Amino acid sequence: VKELFSSLGVECNVLELDQVDDGAKIQEVLSEITNQKTVPNVFVNKVHVGGCDQTFQAYQSGLLQKLLQEDSAYDYDLIIVGGGSGGLSCAKEAAILGKKVMVLDFVVPSPQGTSWGLGGTCVNVGCIPKKLMHQAALLGQALCDSRKFGWEYDQQVKHNWETMTKAIQNHISSLNWGYRLSLREKAVAYVNSYGEFVEHHKIKATNKKGQETYYTAAQFVIATGERPRYLGIQGDKEYCITSDDLFSLPYCPGKTLVVGASYVALECAGFLAGFGLDVTVMVRSILLRGFDQEMAEKVGSYMEQHGVKFLRKFIPVMIQQLEKGSPGKLKVLAKSTEGTETIEGVYNTVLLAIGRDSCTRKIGLEKIGVKINEKSGKIPVNDVEQTSVPYVCAVGDILEGKPELTPVAIQSGKLLARRLFGASLEKIYHTLFWPLEWTVAGRENNTCYAKIICNKLDHDRVIGFHILGPNAGEVTQGFAAAMKCGLTKQLLDDTIGIHPTCGEVFTTLEITKSSGLDVTQKGCG
Amino acid sequence: RKMAEAVQNHVKSLNWGHRVQLQDRKVKYFNIKASFVDEHTVCGVAKGGKEILLSADHIIIATGGRPRYPTHIEGALEYGITSDDIFWLKESPGKTLVVGASYVALECAGFLTGIGLDTTVMIRSIPLRGFDQQMSSMVIEHMESHGTQFLRGCAPSRVSRLPDGHLQVTWEDRTTGKEDTGTFDTVLWAIGRVPDTRSLNLEKAGVDTSPDTQKILVDSREGTSVPHIYAIGDVVEGRPELTPTAIMAGRLLVQRLFGGSSDLMDYDNVPTTVFTPLEYGCVGLSEEEAVARHGQEHVEVYHAHYKPLEFTVAGRDASQCYVKMVCLREPPQLVLGLHFLGPNAGEVTQGFALGIKCGASYEQVMRTVGIHPTCSEEVVKLRISKRSGLDPTVTGCG
Repeated sequence: VKELFSSLGVECNVLELDQVDDGAKIQEVLSEITNQKTVPNVFVNKVHVGGCDQTFQAYQSGLLQKLLQEDSAYDYDLIIVGGGSGGLSCAKEAAILGKKVMVLDFVVPSPQGTSWGLGGTCVNVGCIPKKLMHQAALLGQALCDSRKFGWEYDQQVKHNWETMTKAIQNHISSLNWGYRLSLREKAVAYVNSYGEFVEHHKIKATNKKGQETYYTAAQFVIATGERPRYLGIQGDKEYCITSDDLFSLPYCPGKTLVVGASYVALECAGFLAGFGLDVTVMVRSILLRGFDQEMAEKVGSYMEQHGVKFLRKFIPVMIQQLEKGSPGKLKVLAKSTEGTETIEGVYNTVLLAIGRDSCTRKIGLEKIGVKINEKSGKIPVNDVEQTSVPYVCAVGDILEGKPELTPVAIQSGKLLARRLFGASLEKIYHTLFWPLEWTVAGRENNTCYAKIICNKLDHDRVIGFHILGPNAGEVTQGFAAAMKCGLTKQLLDDTIGIHPTCGEVFTTLEITKSSGLDVTQKGCG
Repeated sequence: RKMAEAVQNHVKSLNWGHRVQLQDRKVKYFNIKASFVDEHTVCGVAKGGKEILLSADHIIIATGGRPRYPTHIEGALEYGITSDDIFWLKESPGKTLVVGASYVALECAGFLTGIGLDTTVMIRSIPLRGFDQQMSSMVIEHMESHGTQFLRGCAPSRVSRLPDGHLQVTWEDRTTGKEDTGTFDTVLWAIGRVPDTRSLNLEKAGVDTSPDTQKILVDSREGTSVPHIYAIGDVVEGRPELTPTAIMAGRLLVQRLFGGSSDLMDYDNVPTTVFTPLEYGCVGLSEEEAVARHGQEHVEVYHAHYKPLEFTVAGRDASQCYVKMVCLREPPQLVLGLHFLGPNAGEVTQGFALGIKCGASYEQVMRTVGIHPTCSEEVVKLRISKRSGLDPTVTGCG
């Protein structure tokens, strides 16, 4: 390696580890930083190249020479603002393609002061902790079922919020660490600073202590995602929490009011009720806007039957603190959307889940001319995710008109619906079903529901798939792949079901909605 | 006891449900063991002793199978039980020896271990014959690391009862030739199922059976060697022994006989799931079958070791959570088989079976967006091929 650099006329800084006292320790730390245990360990212009093999490979591919260029116009090939699902996958891909990449990730603390590490919403305050708390609640239900299956234990079963959150936060920390490690492995520079554009190709990065550093890059990707919206009423930022705070709340939320009708609101209300807490959901109009409304109402009525209270057609107008504490006591004043009725209630916690706003207004986009939708804050992009400024692309939740990652189905469903001529050209097959695991457990029959929507004009092609039941995610995934391959009702009928499962009900759907026939299930078909 | 009662109650409600359904549809139900008198007539003896003769234009044989007893082993019939009995036991089976390597053997051993019983499985040669062997060995690995004991390469020779009521089993280790013994409360035979066709007196009707298996021989229309006599389900030679295939075959047969349809049953790409403690769902070809049919150079296998989110906080071992997709190597890389080992394997596999029926290619599956966070999404995230030799362990959120 030394000879190679010498032949290129490059002067190297060499640290001979066998000639320094703490050589072994340095080697350990190097292994931690670069995932490489051996020497030589080569760095060029702050970028980790690798050992002897990788250095020669980089030389042969031309990457080494690129890195050595002193008069490169920019500090980096690519700077990504936002280290979430979109930003990180972008960073890794770019690094694999040999680009010099930096990720700027910074979490502005929530009004309650909550913050978190690398990974974005999904890992820290979204998908992961949500599913884990959902699982925690399901396990509570499983404990109830287990007695019917012969499990005997004397203790009273109760749930410890602190034990759960600690365990979940530990898992999240390991994921944060994993992301940092994987960025290091791919020689992506990660800086925990807030990025703001100051002029073309230049970004200001401000860290926790307020220190500012400037970086330049040939290309930028904005992947700043979103944060929960507040109501804009008295007391909201002061006393309410959001999903940003819930998953690391150091105390049990107690009697909770969830404001909102989004999947975030319903999922949170669901698992909180599952832990035995007194939960009320305040909904302004419909549940799960954008989702199939029949399914949305079924979700709502299931929750209601299982102890979640709903206040439909109300909005909060004022939040007051009655008592300080962990949790404290809050008084909520709400007004009806259809008249003059007002109600008030007292809760330990008020959780706002009324939507999310893009983090696009305070990152200096106006300084470089990146256009945003003023009303929604979202960034319009073309088919290749380019903004109005050619060297700036955007990815993820902040994109306008492109689906927010989780509800991809919602958007495509909507678009599809608009393209169709009308409801009469759809044939809908449906059925109620009783998961086998629920039978012995004594859980209710004829609550779980399955339906498919077929396009009569196109060989009964399946254009919509809906299931309300346990493990819905696991069931739906495979059907999504099938729909991408042009699934039709005939093919569904020709497929053998796996027995006994919930998913198999889709292979034996016979009754159409239009027939009006009874869809309750009895026996093994 | 509580569990058995609850399960039995549910099963009885299903029995009742079937009787009600038959009644509603005006189907006459006779609780008799029937056999052929001639090609249009069957006879049977009802509970009271009365003999009944029934004749029909069409006859469908759907008598299924029963567990096989190893009658050549002394004490097998007298002291052993089968799956026919295990679900109806009034008392716990206690320390159990399961003999067999079928999915029945492994599933039973699995749940017996799961409810806290000392369980051993005796396997003569390979587990889950006919299934993908890499997946089968991982199923066993998981069971072994979760408390089920295995006696591989052993075959029982004798079962006797000890004075204290326990059963003593003697077996031969086929690799060493040595004999060994063990004591158990229960011996469960799960060595396959056989049709009870001899008592049907099929020769009186002229219906042919396979000389090896005694199963009934049929053509693609489920027709036997006699024009108006048909057979479906487990009693038929060369068909998968699965409930959903029997149900579908029955329906299609009747639609052809009386509904003017000409649709035949398609037995290709039938998905199934083995409900062992770590479930194994599969559809299509095993890796071995794919290689045998197309040659190693024409097969590409994508695979991944993943960790279900639910296992993380619970601290459960996910070493055997694994998924692989067997494809043709030539673009667009048609999917030949999917194998998934993990929780809710049946739920995961069902939808993908549809995809394979639609002729899914690897490219199409990869263009499907994953549902996050699920185990199912690991299928649409498969990128590493076996051929590349790269580490197939999934880390982080992708």
